[in-house]
Amino acid sequence: MSRFWQKSREGGIQAVLFVCALVSVLTTISIVWMLMLESWRFFEHISPLAFFFGTRWAPLLEPRSFGVLPLLCGTLLIGGGALLVAVPVGLCSAIFLSEYAGSTVRGMLKPLLEVLAGIPTVVYGFFALTFVTPYVLQPLMPQTQIFNAASAALVVGIMIIPTVASLCDDAFRAVPMSLREGAYALAATRMEVSTRVVLPASLSGVVAAVLLAFARAIGETMAVAIAAGMTPKLTLNPLASVQTMTAYIVQVSLGDTPYGSIGYQTMFAVGMTLFAVTLLFNLIAQRILAAYREAYE
Amino acid sequence: MTAATAGFYRPRLAARRLKGRIFSSLCLLMTLSGLLVLAVLIMRIVDQGSAWLSTEFLTSYPSTIFPEKSGVLSALVGTLWVITITAVFSIPVGIAAAIYLQEYARKTRLTRLIEINIANLAGVPSVVYGMLGLALFVRLLQFDRSVLSGGLTLGLLVLPIIIIASREALLAVPDSIRQAAYGLGATRWQTVRSHVLPAALPGIMTGVILALSRAIGEAAPLLLIGATAFVAFVPENLNDPFTVLPLQIYNWTDQPSEIFRELAAAAILVLLGILLPMNALAVAIRAWQQRGKVR
Repeated sequence: MSRFWQKSREGGIQAVLFVCALVSVLTTISIVWMLMLESWRFFEHISPLAFFFGTRWAPLLEPRSFGVLPLLCGTLLIGGGALLVAVPVGLCSAIFLSEYAGSTVRGMLKPLLEVLAGIPTVVYGFFALTFVTPYVLQPLMPQTQIFNAASAALVVGIMIIPTVASLCDDAFRAVPMSLREGAYALAATRMEVSTRVVLPASLSGVVAAVLLAFARAIGETMAVAIAAGMTPKLTLNPLASVQTMTAYIVQVSLGDTPYGSIGYQTMFAVGMTLFAVTLLFNLIAQRILAAYREAYE
Repeated sequence: MTAATAGFYRPRLAARRLKGRIFSSLCLLMTLSGLLVLAVLIMRIVDQGSAWLSTEFLTSYPSTIFPEKSGVLSALVGTLWVITITAVFSIPVGIAAAIYLQEYARKTRLTRLIEINIANLAGVPSVVYGMLGLALFVRLLQFDRSVLSGGLTLGLLVLPIIIIASREALLAVPDSIRQAAYGLGATRWQTVRSHVLPAALPGIMTGVILALSRAIGEAAPLLLIGATAFVAFVPENLNDPFTVLPLQIYNWTDQPSEIFRELAAAAILVLLGILLPMNALAVAIRAWQQRGKVR
């Protein structure tokens, strides 16, 4: 093979590989462009002030009203509720896996726990609607509605346990052994080492894990669309039916909202809000993770 | 110890050990509670759906008029179509992007930007990908509500997962392998193709399997691009409308009658019957690989 031919082939391959890497950048640009374009059209009709601070959401029925706060409230209610489930369970699981379990037990439990993340979200929605609400929540609290925020929050929380557990586990295992050995030399018990040495030393990793899990809970769609209902309400009552931003987007796409109508555009305005919120949490989490990785390497 | 300091030294060992034991049981209990929920979920769905699971269920079309004769054929074949397109698009592009970033790219501002961008894309909610698919594939490129639009949308969704997993697999390949190849006069591409890539293959495979199983379970993006839930035929080419298992499940969940709940449970069993073996395979590959590393 001639030198020239080989050189140009190498250059060609590198160019193809580079283009493939650019696909991800183009994806981001398209997402932002598409969200901006349709939201811009929306905000030509509706003032951003009315959108972001309005307390009534009824974009599809007369009299129309475009206040996004009820959707935001429903989303945060379910996201917060999911964290109440996922953070204690995930954190304790991570402590058990990294500080207590031997390698055999760990090798068995960790993949099993990760199965929770591999179950499709429609399945969680179905489980919430046909099991959690009628057999767990309603016997305990009879005023629970068929569609309610609590059952959705519960299953979304279960779904993100592996996210919290495995990120926290990574963070714990990045803590140098010498710190633990130092504590044991001072006669600390295993619990004291876990909670007073390992946990504080990896706090940034834990915080990042919680933020990432929160972003996932907020973006979760099918489980909340099935279990939480489609009633946009400004309420903190977890037993009532609410609507999240993602569930609203599903509702629009299921209906026969014509292309280009104001109903169609609200979908993109809500999508942009959702995108902005999740992006913010993801960026903060990555910042924290990057800073903390440098600290131990 | 002098008499003055003796009063300060109270080890309270028994109390601390008791506290420790309570704490460790609590942690174990929490770990098991997650698994308990998983067990309840699976048992409950088997209980609801197994009666419906039969060959007819797999080979019949859904029906609203005769729900008892309903099946998942169109959803099963639709899932197969969509996932094939997703795989054909996202696997080569994802691995190529990972090779570029890990083996070729210098640490410039541009590559740094691409890296941050990929990490963030992995965190974008799946409905947003659905909106992108709707705007880009369905409207702009006029692919309509077809298997092609669906497959490409899911392809974009799982691309970051494949890139991140492949990069980690490439990173784990020892540098000595590259240096040996260069030392024998191999070009960069020859080194990557014949030595680095084969060594990284198990790790890449794990990522690919997990990414595809994620795509198989996704419903929201396909709902957004307008995949219809009741489809009583099998797609025959790239431009045909379609449905997939998760959408069929969602649709049955939405029906008022109890029989549809049972059909949904049976369809979930079919879906989990595909996904759980895929998960197990990924775990097995990872375990096999880690055993190799210890030696």
